[in-house]
Amino acid sequence: MTVPSPQADQAGRPPLLDIRDLRTHFDTPDGTVRSVDGVSYRLEARETLGIVGESGCGKSVTALSVLRLLPTPPARFAGGEIRFQGTDLLGLSEREMRRIRGNRISMIFQEPMTSLNPVLTVGRQIAEAVTLHQKIGRRQAWQRAVEMLRLVQIADPERRAGEYPHQMSGGMRQRVMIALALACHPDLLIADEPTTALDVTIQAQILELLRDLQAKLGMGIVMITHDLGVVAECCDRVVVMYAGRKVEEASVADLFERPLHPYTRALMASMPSLQGRGGRLAEIPGMVPAPQELGTGCAFAPRCPLATERCRRETPDFTGAATGHGVACFEAAPARHQPVVLHRHAGARP
Amino acid sequence: MRHLLNRVAATLPVMAVVAVLVFLLIHLSPGDPAALIAGDTASADDIARLHAALGLDRPLWSQFLLWAGRLAQGDLGTSIFTHVPVSRLLAQRVEPTLSIALLTMTLAVAASIPLGVLAAHMAGRWVDRLVMLFAVLAFSVPVFLVGYLLIYGFAITLGWLPVQGYVPLSKGVGPWLSHLILPCVNLSLVYTALLTRMTRATVLDVLHEDHIRTARAKGLGVVAVLGHALRCAAIPIVTTIGVGIAFLIGGVVVTETVFAIPGIGRLVIDSVQRHDYPVIQSVLLLSAGLYVLVNLLIDLSYRLFDPRIRA
Ligand SMILES: Nc1ncnc2c1ncn2[C@@H]1O[C@H](COP(=O)(O)OP(=O)(O)O)[C@@H](O)[C@H]1O
Ligand SMILES: [Mg+2]
Repeated sequence: MTVPSPQADQAGRPPLLDIRDLRTHFDTPDGTVRSVDGVSYRLEARETLGIVGESGCGKSVTALSVLRLLPTPPARFAGGEIRFQGTDLLGLSEREMRRIRGNRISMIFQEPMTSLNPVLTVGRQIAEAVTLHQKIGRRQAWQRAVEMLRLVQIADPERRAGEYPHQMSGGMRQRVMIALALACHPDLLIADEPTTALDVTIQAQILELLRDLQAKLGMGIVMITHDLGVVAECCDRVVVMYAGRKVEEASVADLFERPLHPYTRALMASMPSLQGRGGRLAEIPGMVPAPQELGTGCAFAPRCPLATERCRRETPDFTGAATGHGVACFEAAPARHQPVVLHRHAGARP
Repeated sequence: MRHLLNRVAATLPVMAVVAVLVFLLIHLSPGDPAALIAGDTASADDIARLHAALGLDRPLWSQFLLWAGRLAQGDLGTSIFTHVPVSRLLAQRVEPTLSIALLTMTLAVAASIPLGVLAAHMAGRWVDRLVMLFAVLAFSVPVFLVGYLLIYGFAITLGWLPVQGYVPLSKGVGPWLSHLILPCVNLSLVYTALLTRMTRATVLDVLHEDHIRTARAKGLGVVAVLGHALRCAAIPIVTTIGVGIAFLIGGVVVTETVFAIPGIGRLVIDSVQRHDYPVIQSVLLLSAGLYVLVNLLIDLSYRLFDPRIRA
């Protein structure tokens, strides 16, 4: 995998995906939930960008915003742009958006057990996507479905195409999801925690499959995960999110070598593989604040051991993007590279 | 195929129990049928003769065996009142009732599936509220009231359709349909209401499932996505349709009375008034049999709609 510069292409080609200051809010009876509040990231063709953060920090909402799959209302785009190959997706009509979904941008989801239609054969579900986007007969579409199943290394794809999801294991269903997502050879694949629901050996197989397919088909991948291990294994660059914002961005090597944000360091401390022991993830003390609970100041301050008065008062800007390693933290200093021990803040449940 | 045979075999004990119950129902009910049939002016002798003629003087088990034996040969007995074989009486009544049942359900399905899916798609908005309001009204206004209003409006005032009566299909589709349309519209309102609610609820549930998001993520439009949802919601909807048909066949008494249609519902009413036991027994058996049959068909159709049941 190549590691292109995060900045614009020399040839002046627009990046594959360029999210600028995206704000996706939900209008609920209890008030506005600012699930995504000023997120920017960009992705070049053939690149894999990891998005990490604890559950609830807005990773999925960002991804669903790209495909415009959130129901509006309650969701509302309160600001920002999502440029895909230069076109702002937020400005497209629903019709134009439908031509992009499953065709130029595809998505796979966390739950392989429930993400496929239980009453249609998997071959039909794949073929349906193909006939939708390409002028191609039913028989050829079925043929393509079988080919895709072979491509994702499902044994005996002719027979499997005629089977229903319930006849398959979780890992195999996730392969079917991948086959479905890639059936029209999209330029961008958004994988939302594609391995979270699978057991460890299957996880590794699926990640390897995605790497192989990227080498073959050349799509860009946004890999959403809460597991830094997955990032280490298959991403070029990483965006760390916290409470609806980007708090750090760097190349994978940089991030693991020189994590700047206290939250990133805490995430790393909670990674079993980096601590040389297996078993359960060490918990990060405290909880991600619910978006509606956010006040002023840095959202991480209540859990942060380095937090100062200023952190509680002002929200830090994201700085250093030009160097390729940016962070949103007043106290982030590479010199202070020491294990970060977090306080339990008063609001956290024990 | 084996499954089919198993299912059919499983209905036999049910039908046997039904037969015993139907038999006992009549013979254990208070009052002496012979006395009732003979009327107030009959002498004790007349009643005794009638007892012998009807076999009522024998022990119960012997009466049952006699009755069941005839039944097994397809002999449903003779009407005490009209002296016509019950099977012929029933045959005359089956066509009108079946016609009503099937046309009613066709109308109800044609109206309720699109309405229910639309309401689910628009859940919480005013279109949904409007559809639900219609469903509540259609369900709660008495059938006979709507029936008389329909007759008054379309038959008497406008004169577009006949007021009452039934014309067999053999006399032509036009007359048959023109006599059936009002009673069937009338009757279908309740089933439309029921099915609309059922369709809305199940489709709405399915719309919240993960695979719907997948369908949208691959670029399907609203109509195709709703089609996916409807397929997944098929089982409860088909069940309601089947049970509805069974109910309709079991007797659409009010509608047959309002529209003066000589169907099974009317036959039951008349026979009960006349204590015409052989007819009542036969209708009960027929209804139970149809009910079991419809249930069997619903059951078999599940395998068609949900591949998970085939496994
Ligand atoms: N439909 C919705 N209405 C209100 N809040 C929502 C809705 N969908 C998501 N959220 C909120 O947005 C936040 C981010 O969610 P999400 O992006 O799913 O997190 P994750 O990073 O785990 O994928 C969560 O706090 C969640 O409660
Ligand atoms: Mg998520």
